[in-house]
Amino acid sequence: MSTIEASPAAQRSGEFQQPVVNDFSIQVATVNGSGSQTANSVLMRAIFQMGVPVSGKNMFPSNIQGLPTWFTIRASKHGYIGRKKEIDFLVAMNPETAREDVMKLESGAAVVYDEPLKLDALRSDLHFYPVPFDKLVGPVCPEAKLRKLVRNMIYDGVVANLLSIEMEEIHQALIKQFGKRKAKAADLNWGAAKAGYDFAEKNLAKTDPFRVERMNATAGKIIIDGNSAAALGCVFGGVTVVTWYPITPSSSLVESMMGYLKRFRIDRETGKATYAVVQAEDELSAIGMVLGAAWAGARSVTSTAGPGISLMSEFIGLAYYAEIPAVIFDVQRVGPSTGLPTRTAQGDIISTALLSHGDTRHPLFFPCSPEECFSMAVDAFDFAEHFQTPVFVMTDLDLGMNNWMADRFEYPFKPIKRGKVLTAVDLERLGGFARYKDVDGDGIGYRTLPGTNHPQAAYFTRGSGHNEKAQYTEREDDYVNNLDRVARKFETMRSFVPKPQVENNSKARIGFVCFGTSHHSVGESRDQLKNEYGVETSYFRLKAYPFTQELTDFIHRHERVYVIEQNRDAQILGLMRLELTAQDIAKLRSVRYYGGLPLDARTVTDDIVRQEGL
Amino acid sequence: MSTTPAPPPKRVNRIGLEVLSYKGAKTTLCAGCGHNAISERVIEAFYELGVQPWSVAKFSGIGCSSKSPAYFLGLAHGFNGVHGRMPSIATGAMLANRTMLGIGVTGDGDTASIGLGQYMHLLRRNLPFIYIIENNGVYGLTKGQFSATADLGSKLKTGTANDLPPFDCCSLALQCGATFVARSFSGDKRQLQALLKTAIVHKGLAVIDVISPCTTFNDHEGSTKSYAYMKEHDEMLHELDFVPFFEDISVEIPEGEIKSIELHDGSTLRIKKLGHDYDPTDKFTALKALDEAERKGEVLTGVLYIDTGKPTFMDVLNMEDAPLATLPESRIRPPKEALHEAMEELS
Repeated sequence: MSTIEASPAAQRSGEFQQPVVNDFSIQVATVNGSGSQTANSVLMRAIFQMGVPVSGKNMFPSNIQGLPTWFTIRASKHGYIGRKKEIDFLVAMNPETAREDVMKLESGAAVVYDEPLKLDALRSDLHFYPVPFDKLVGPVCPEAKLRKLVRNMIYDGVVANLLSIEMEEIHQALIKQFGKRKAKAADLNWGAAKAGYDFAEKNLAKTDPFRVERMNATAGKIIIDGNSAAALGCVFGGVTVVTWYPITPSSSLVESMMGYLKRFRIDRETGKATYAVVQAEDELSAIGMVLGAAWAGARSVTSTAGPGISLMSEFIGLAYYAEIPAVIFDVQRVGPSTGLPTRTAQGDIISTALLSHGDTRHPLFFPCSPEECFSMAVDAFDFAEHFQTPVFVMTDLDLGMNNWMADRFEYPFKPIKRGKVLTAVDLERLGGFARYKDVDGDGIGYRTLPGTNHPQAAYFTRGSGHNEKAQYTEREDDYVNNLDRVARKFETMRSFVPKPQVENNSKARIGFVCFGTSHHSVGESRDQLKNEYGVETSYFRLKAYPFTQELTDFIHRHERVYVIEQNRDAQILGLMRLELTAQDIAKLRSVRYYGGLPLDARTVTDDIVRQEGL
Repeated sequence: MSTTPAPPPKRVNRIGLEVLSYKGAKTTLCAGCGHNAISERVIEAFYELGVQPWSVAKFSGIGCSSKSPAYFLGLAHGFNGVHGRMPSIATGAMLANRTMLGIGVTGDGDTASIGLGQYMHLLRRNLPFIYIIENNGVYGLTKGQFSATADLGSKLKTGTANDLPPFDCCSLALQCGATFVARSFSGDKRQLQALLKTAIVHKGLAVIDVISPCTTFNDHEGSTKSYAYMKEHDEMLHELDFVPFFEDISVEIPEGEIKSIELHDGSTLRIKKLGHDYDPTDKFTALKALDEAERKGEVLTGVLYIDTGKPTFMDVLNMEDAPLATLPESRIRPPKEALHEAMEELS
């Protein structure tokens, strides 16, 4: 066995290094399909169980097997869970990318690598730890075909040893990961992790400064991906009809929902489902079913990504004009076209807000966290039924597919609201109704559900011109009156959409506006600007479109307002331009990132520094 | 004392409704359009079976045919959606409320071109639903282009001949899983009425492809979807007699010549042979007969196939019997404990 000399970097920097505790990022570079997901989740969970705030980002290719993939785990005592651009600790398992991965590191970073790759020759300013993975895996995994998968668990043990992650937490995380049913698999992996730990203990001399220390900052928290959170939100929001067509990164939303529905929504007495889930033949059909179901009174939902949204365009125009509720999750990925299917973006904002031909406008919700994926899913059903219109919940790949540390979700105690629906009793009392009449002055008409047991319940729904009584018309006044009423409905929404998160800082001359997952990195960037440049900022996080009065108030309070978003064309700023005054628009600046990775704080800070001339 | 003559008693059906309750708005289709005759048959069939109009939901896509639902069952909810996508809307609605009776009217553009995919997937799911194709081989609303059901060599008014073979919507229905497949002619009142009644009581997807001539754009010589062509080439497989469960079967026709098919609600479809030795419960026979008829230039009409035993989409989904749409909150929002359980697992 070879022992490792202290790396030249450590020698150069002297014997004493200030330890870096709970504030660094680990990147694991593997080959797609090699089963590294388990090892990475276990590592992340073990740190979480030690009470240290943690986040995980999977950067994977659009491929089943063979292409490179990277998983980044960030431990942050400050609670920063956005992506960190700089990698501090690399686990280089992929021969294809190892060289480039090492060359990209900042000086002083650490590298655990597969010994035959001989990466230590590449640079002299890093801490290298060679590990003979193939030699170690044999004894712990007699079955040759499983070795490829188990091999990864060895680095968990090595990393645990080097970073002082408690092995008992690795063990607990493994048990959690595999569950009781797969105890055998858990044992096999535990053996591999121990082998890695023992090897490191005997053979690797720690020279890097990174370390995990127990904290108490994750008590009561959960780890969940946004898609599962949204799925739970739908289940507890009372969804009854679910349709979908598989598409990355939204597929796991409905897959997760099916699991929860099976557990929580099969009637105990009858054994029957209080829901229907249909895998449709395409997104056209998926949205068509949602609209048919919602028209007939179901709480219906579909989940998709940009290409699916494009396909749904025609139907969304129908839903807008015929006034049919729908909840649509857009787990955004990089476009245009097929784009980068496994990378994240906020690139569907304008196209979704104005989806379909003619004058159309749709409400959008912007969750930034699993908690909001859950609560906004619940709210979206009520909102859609109240306004009788499609509602889009705009998440993204980063939120949807990555694991996030989150607070436990709050049970929705507010009763479900079904909107303005007339029953047979109402019809008997009223002696009839006019479907598209603005009775209450809020633009929202009363509807009846098909199947209502009353001869006056029926009306005819159509995407062609219709009057108050839902009769076919091509009259100019009917058309204009109807379209104006639908616009009035949109105005009413402004006081019903989720309120923004506003932090006005009296010392700040500039303000930041962002939405969705940008929240995490923008928060960190504000701290960077304050700590490194002494610049104070105010903060405004949009939770929905249409915009509310709070946005204008925020702009008025500041000299300049930076609108930060993850697309090329400043799409949310574009929507603001459509309705703000020229004076307000003149105060807006744009910060954009559209490289496909989750936004990181340094990118925001650097751009602000440049634009502000700091 | 003057005596006013008592008004003649109003004719009502078994649930006490007049035929007027089954009518719709005045048609805006062309005079002589086959579609109007089909609407009349729909009105009669629902009236005579005593179906409550407001327990029915009507669906259509875009095109002349899709206007039809406005012209029957005015007391039923209707949904005129987008071109070719009626099947998905109908599927969603039927899932939301499985107690409704759903009927969709489409044309050959809707079904065989833009909506071919949705049609085939609807068939595959065996949704309990009546799917009527008003098939005239031509686009009417856009003024006379060929559709994908136009026969090879059939001519437009301009003399242009169709140079591509047609889709046979019934063959597709058979191959893709519909459990009641029939073809008829809008001019055959008796047959169409029996088929519609069978479709109404059938539990599963019922397809009726009705050749329905377009008097304005496709009723000339050289067209294979004209009245004249149909009168000459309509090859009836059998004579049909629908006996609803609430009527006794009369025994006019001697046993032996009649095949009786028991339907889901206890009604009976009586099929009398007409020269053809045809078994409508055998899918292979049906496909073969359609293929042979196409080669001979005949239009086979009647019940092509019926299967009363296959599970419907609702059975496959193990769905609740009550409408999902109106389940109370207590049944669609799991209790607090359920969320707690989910959170515990994730902690």
